[in-house]
Amino acid sequence: MNTPNVSLSSVKKINDLSGENVKLCMQCGTCTAACPMADEMDFVPRKVMHYNQFGMISAMEDINSYWKCASCHSCSVRCPRGIDIARVMEALRQLVLRTNKNYIEPSRIPPEKLKQYPGIMMVAGFRKLTS
Amino acid sequence: MKISYYPGCTLKYKAKNLETAALASLEILGIDVEEMERWNCCGAVYSLTDDDLIHMVGPVRNLVRAKEQGADTIVTLCSMCYNTLARANELMKNDPEKRDTINRFMDEEIDYFGELEVHHLLSLLKDQVGWQAISEKIQTPLTDLKLASYYGCTLQRPAEVGIEPMGSFTLMNDLFQALGAEVVPFGAADKCCGSYQVICEEEGDNTAAATILQSAAASGAEALATSCPLCEFNLGKQQEALLEKDKISQKIPTLYFTQLLALALGVPAEQCHFELSDSEVSHFLENKKILVTA
Repeated sequence: MNTPNVSLSSVKKINDLSGENVKLCMQCGTCTAACPMADEMDFVPRKVMHYNQFGMISAMEDINSYWKCASCHSCSVRCPRGIDIARVMEALRQLVLRTNKNYIEPSRIPPEKLKQYPGIMMVAGFRKLTS
Repeated sequence: MKISYYPGCTLKYKAKNLETAALASLEILGIDVEEMERWNCCGAVYSLTDDDLIHMVGPVRNLVRAKEQGADTIVTLCSMCYNTLARANELMKNDPEKRDTINRFMDEEIDYFGELEVHHLLSLLKDQVGWQAISEKIQTPLTDLKLASYYGCTLQRPAEVGIEPMGSFTLMNDLFQALGAEVVPFGAADKCCGSYQVICEEEGDNTAAATILQSAAASGAEALATSCPLCEFNLGKQQEALLEKDKISQKIPTLYFTQLLALALGVPAEQCHFELSDSEVSHFLENKKILVTA
């Protein structure tokens, strides 16, 4: 059976990067209920938090959840345990981006699309999705 | 009180209509704002990792520029700029360790301690003018117009920079009522529009935006008002694509709150730059006799 790696050092890594304590999560799922992107995520926010509690980062390498998160903070303001889940999602993004991997390739965006996009969309998108 | 105006990148081209309508309105209302001589990108999104201070330099440098100008208040119109500047300001006010690191990194600049007040235009209008005073200056009341006030994410979250508490939309609602419009409550006023995600999606796939538009239409709104150029793109300019993919059942004119304010105050239509909005917006306003084109 393919068991994901449980890793205490990964728990610490996520906590350090996010400034949050993922162990506080009690798995109530309020984050998922509040998330406008949950339907499109491979793992809903609650499940992402659960994997984080065991440091199972390697099992989340290929999921889209933290790329779909647009940091709208709907979850963060509602979490009954006071966890800023948007920061945990950012930590997962950063773990990938800091290995020089891009989630999107800006050069492949068609020029006619780039002409339409407002500046803040490109600044925000490239900051969140490219290294 | 001296107010610095921070425009932000998008307001100088794609969202010029958000800016020009606001500045013309402020002049009529007698509010003196000074556009910053030098400014840089606010970063658009606030850094959320604990060790990433380098991306704070952008927004903090803008605050430093405003302080240099002798301002005690900085005002922005774009929701995303408001959010990044207000959060950077909170960080500089409340986190002595990070503040010290940032100040020492920018050693060519004067030190900054979060002393400015960061305002969005909506809260500035309420505090400095007041709805009563605005209603007294109206030339073209927005009568027979049902509006939905859309706040999006960045005007209200996180709570420490929210222009008003979560679930409350009184600033925009009160403004529109002062302008003579009818405000309809709708359930998606603070839902995320999908933000920058469109950059990696096919056109018309943005279900987050579709949910908001459907909710606004169901509430009986005839038009949707926003303060963010990214929301305006997702909710306004992408409607045709959403309609083609059957994500929404009807279009709904989407425009900036500053355009409505300006029209009500009698600002000439050309200063509201409706050519930058979805083409149906000006037709709609002409039918409502709010917009008169020569």
